[in-house]
Amino acid sequence: MSEIKYTKDHEEIKIDGDIVWIGITKHAGEALGDLVFVELPDVGATFDKGADFAVIESVKAAAEVYTPVGGEIVEVNDALPDNPEQVKEDMSTGWIVKIRMNSAYDLTDLMDEAAYKAFCDANA
Amino acid sequence: MCADMAVDYQDNCDSKQFDPKTDHNRALQYDEKFLWDHKQTDHSGVDLAPVQGGINKTGIAQRTETGLPNLSEPQVLRHFVRLSTLNYSIDHGFFPLGSCTMKHNPRLNEKMARLPGFAHIHPLQPEQTVQGALALMHELQDWLGQLTGLPGVALSPAAGAHGEYAGIMVIRAKLRDAGMHHKDTLLIPDSAHGTNPATASMCGFKVKTISTKETGRLSVEAFKEALGDGENIAGMMVTNPNTCGLFEREIIEIADLLHKAGGYFYCDGANFNALVGRIKPADFGVDVMHINLHKTFSTPHGGGGPGSGPICCTEELAPYLPVPLVGKSDDGSYKLLRKADYPKTLGRLRGFNGQFGMHVRALSYMLSHGNDGLRQVSGDAVLAANYILSQLKGDYHVPFEGRCMHEALFSEKWLKDHGVTTLDVAKALIEFGMHPMTVYFPLVVSGAMLVEPTETETKENLDRFIGVMKHIAELAKDGQGDALHNYPLSAPRRRLDEVLAARNPVLNG
Repeated sequence: MSEIKYTKDHEEIKIDGDIVWIGITKHAGEALGDLVFVELPDVGATFDKGADFAVIESVKAAAEVYTPVGGEIVEVNDALPDNPEQVKEDMSTGWIVKIRMNSAYDLTDLMDEAAYKAFCDANA
Repeated sequence: MCADMAVDYQDNCDSKQFDPKTDHNRALQYDEKFLWDHKQTDHSGVDLAPVQGGINKTGIAQRTETGLPNLSEPQVLRHFVRLSTLNYSIDHGFFPLGSCTMKHNPRLNEKMARLPGFAHIHPLQPEQTVQGALALMHELQDWLGQLTGLPGVALSPAAGAHGEYAGIMVIRAKLRDAGMHHKDTLLIPDSAHGTNPATASMCGFKVKTISTKETGRLSVEAFKEALGDGENIAGMMVTNPNTCGLFEREIIEIADLLHKAGGYFYCDGANFNALVGRIKPADFGVDVMHINLHKTFSTPHGGGGPGSGPICCTEELAPYLPVPLVGKSDDGSYKLLRKADYPKTLGRLRGFNGQFGMHVRALSYMLSHGNDGLRQVSGDAVLAANYILSQLKGDYHVPFEGRCMHEALFSEKWLKDHGVTTLDVAKALIEFGMHPMTVYFPLVVSGAMLVEPTETETKENLDRFIGVMKHIAELAKDGQGDALHNYPLSAPRRRLDEVLAARNPVLNG
């Protein structure tokens, strides 16, 4: 069973057992504008909770993507560097990395869809 | 059009025959091709006389085709003159690029920089033959020291980001000298210029962000939270006034907390035009800062010449400044201080002694204005920005309430519902004959528009800009956003494919 959660930094995550898919939210994709580059981490790299692991560059700005969980990168979406706009699609094709959570994790900071929508409206 | 003129067009603009349907040259707006798009390799710009008698040693037999266009002198000259007419500069018109201080460059500066005694000297000349130039640099050091309240001055950094690098390296040298290697983190607000965290990283420091999102300003609480116990904090990098055009009101208390934790305060001097002649940054706790001579003291980019980013620091940090510095000997002569004279220096950061031509221009600007004139510069710059803010706050959303300093910040918030963005406003300004403001910066404001008029403009010019901005806002609110999406229509280039340009830049030529 998997579920979609959202972070305050506008990442969208799908938790599938100990594997977490990380992408960006639709709201973030719209805010960034036309995308130019996506820079991916290496498979096997490990990141602490809260670390930036990827960079998305648009014509307006470069944005870092943070991981809400610590762990090891098990897969990266190789299609993104050639087609950055794909990161705006749904998680099934727009995911950036899959990360294997290490034992110490904390998912309490995450929001569900309704809470994230309220968060975006409050910060608009 | 007569046949001769058509040939002339073809000669300089394209290798195709003139076709009124596809030719993009209009009036005196030229669709200027790159030189390497000229396919004429069978022409020659120069004629070499055939060798009469003897052996031909010009190497012609060994030459192969270069593939370069072979053009005559008038073809090359016209190409570059036409390109220059496509440029827009502060000498053309209003240039409100926020955080860039695009002020008028007085022609007196240029006259001074062209004096033969300044223009024709060489940095390798013996010091006794360039005493006037060294005296000028020494006086500039004095002026910068006086204006900032920071007596240690190094003129050599080449531009703003280089000055940041030099300043942070000074802090690093001091910390290492004191054995405080554990201080490895710099605090930087989220509204900072992008160069600040880049500088910190280049100098080997970690970056910790201080949030300013609520009010656009640093607060003591947010600073305390970022500082923690301060054990590993090497310092902070703060621009004051900040990139939202706001003065940091709690900066003295924040600087005190930082100093108590053993950290140093680096001030990004990009916005010094708001303070010059009125506030000495040393008085609000700055330990080291860079000054963009090419902003505050004229000759902005687009106004001619390179940048120059001297740094100024406290007496405590002065021993670590990069060499060379200009010193005065007991006999009244001037000399360049090098590592032998300045043993704790962090070293040399570039060849020779800095952008000397910019030193001449900056000192000319200072001497022609005087201290009272510089005070009026900052006063007028702040007044002009506040005039724009007051006139446009009913038309554009202002993210942070109250008065601004030398630049006024707006956002696209009220336009978005009409399908109009900051980019559309910028492009429409081009259509109406003005350079756009800084857009999408600072990052803490969504769809930011940062307007810095400087003290250069007349009230009539400010009114004209305000009129154009009001017109654009009205077009958006009248549901004429589609027209705005297409601007500019009259410029040499229309909307560019920015994604394609960024992903596949053409870098040959």
